[in-house]
Amino acid sequence: MPAPEREMSVALARSAGRRVLWFLFVSSLIVFMIGPIVWLGLRAFSGLWLYPQLLPKQWTVNGWRQVFNDPNLSHSMKLSFEFAPVVTVASAVICLPAAYAFSRYKFPGRRFLLISLFAVNAFPKIGLYISMAGVFYSLNLISTFLGVVIVQLIGTIVFMTWIPAAAFSAIPRSLEEAARDVGAGPLRVFFRVTFPLAAPAIFVAMILSFLASFDEAQGTFLVGVPKYITMPTEMYTLVLNYPEQVAAVFALLLAVPSVLLMALVRKHVMGGKLAEGFQIR
Amino acid sequence: MSDGLGLQIEHVSKDLGGRTIVEDMQLEVKTGELTCLLGPSGCGKTTTLRMIGGFLIPDQGRVLISGNDVTKMSPDKRPTAMVFQNYALWPHMTVFKNVAFGLRLRKLPRQEVSDRVAQVLELVGLTHHVHSYPARISGGEQQRVALARALVLEPKVLLLDEPLSNLDAKLRVRVREDIREIQQRIGITTVFVTHDQDEALSISDRIAVMSGGKVEQYADARSLYREPETTFVASFVGAMNSYEATVVPGGLELPGKLVVPCGDLSATGEGTFEAGVRPEDVHVSLNGDGAPADVVREVPRGHYKEIVLNAGPNEVRAFVSADLPPAEHVRISFTRALLYRDGVLQRSSAPVSV
Repeated sequence: MPAPEREMSVALARSAGRRVLWFLFVSSLIVFMIGPIVWLGLRAFSGLWLYPQLLPKQWTVNGWRQVFNDPNLSHSMKLSFEFAPVVTVASAVICLPAAYAFSRYKFPGRRFLLISLFAVNAFPKIGLYISMAGVFYSLNLISTFLGVVIVQLIGTIVFMTWIPAAAFSAIPRSLEEAARDVGAGPLRVFFRVTFPLAAPAIFVAMILSFLASFDEAQGTFLVGVPKYITMPTEMYTLVLNYPEQVAAVFALLLAVPSVLLMALVRKHVMGGKLAEGFQIR
Repeated sequence: MSDGLGLQIEHVSKDLGGRTIVEDMQLEVKTGELTCLLGPSGCGKTTTLRMIGGFLIPDQGRVLISGNDVTKMSPDKRPTAMVFQNYALWPHMTVFKNVAFGLRLRKLPRQEVSDRVAQVLELVGLTHHVHSYPARISGGEQQRVALARALVLEPKVLLLDEPLSNLDAKLRVRVREDIREIQQRIGITTVFVTHDQDEALSISDRIAVMSGGKVEQYADARSLYREPETTFVASFVGAMNSYEATVVPGGLELPGKLVVPCGDLSATGEGTFEAGVRPEDVHVSLNGDGAPADVVREVPRGHYKEIVLNAGPNEVRAFVSADLPPAEHVRISFTRALLYRDGVLQRSSAPVSV
């Protein structure tokens, strides 16, 4: 074989080898990510399914019937859909002015406060929730609607502050000044110029907050029981006390809003709005 | 009283971040006049403009518009309109809405709003883009939308903050002529900030050259160029040869004991001056009178050429006719020189011919 051809075939073999490795890597990733969901989907419709069998022997919708007929479960769904919007709106009302201040004003401790918002996520939340529960006891907030809202707010603050703050920072100040210049007062400037321009990012932040609240289990469990049991907290009971199919059905139901909402914001998240959230200095 | 004064800046000072940006600034702009604030970056020109527009409040001094004190008024209350360097058009509004925004805030009837918008868009030649979004039109067009948005409110003072710096060179010349033409047509008092001396010289009634937060000289383009009051103005506006020189019989003595014959001198007297000579005031001849000089290089400039000469230890730049034949050794003399002491132009009561 002439030298150049040999070199070429070596290169080809090498690239083929690389491609096989790549294929293996990607397929194992897919199995790793999709596998549990597929299992969950099968489980939700399966009857008896014992270990060595690859697929269930019997198919049934009993799990689904049970979930929708159980008043506890449907009540928890209703509760989840009550808490999430309330928490999202409360979070927006509290955090958006803070986000605006972080982006537009220099004040002492600004950097420290900005970073400290991450502190909540820096250590296991359960510790934070337990101490919060302690405080809530003395404030009579345990097992109250307000108590659950407050505990769920904790998980939304980072999204609701950082993402809109970055969006506000991305709006050139001259756009606001130009509005002042033609006669708009500060409030009007915010609602006619700043807010519409930051709206996509605020929308993303609200969706993420909604999901954070919707999926929050630990704090809600500690503060909410026995009166307020949302879908994620109900999962604890389900896993322990119900047939596996019911838990699978419930898990799928719990995932529906997340999947739908993430699909809705995918464009904005991919478009860099989320990434911008971490560019603020 | 303030008859005929569109804008007065009285002893205004401003510190920002612990630095004095504008210091005891004074400026008067006549109604309908276009004044340029010209200077290098950091000289305080934009800060001054922002104080006129109300985006900054002076630490000291007053700003008056048509004789009314507006020093502490917020931008939305002032009869000023600003064209921003980046145009600051609202990207979520069409051209029409951008221009109409201020009118709508004033709760004018719908019909009047659209009439006035149509009128001003016609003035800037943008009628075909009424319903375009700012991102869909060119930089020059965005610039004119910003101008229309400012003009539609019929402000008493129009403020322009380096409005041409984002345009390419050719467009810049055209748009600045458009701005000048529109400004003259509606006769609006205008303050134009720029660091480009060409821009300033070509459109202004008067130019305030600023440096270090102060006005170095406030004059029309011609006196600014022919009689710069300070060495800063002399070097910032146009090209200038400058030397340590003494006045001697027969001309100026430059370093290296070189005596160059000189026509008009701004002053005379003992001791050393800083002498400034415009390149077009250097007379170059192939033979005859004058100090000897060697040609270092020639730069063709179209209808004239610039030649760089060595006269003893001194570098001399001269603008000469493109017809002057190339030569290695020439004779130079100055037709006019300005003499400065401590950076300030020295004048005798009458120009002295030597």
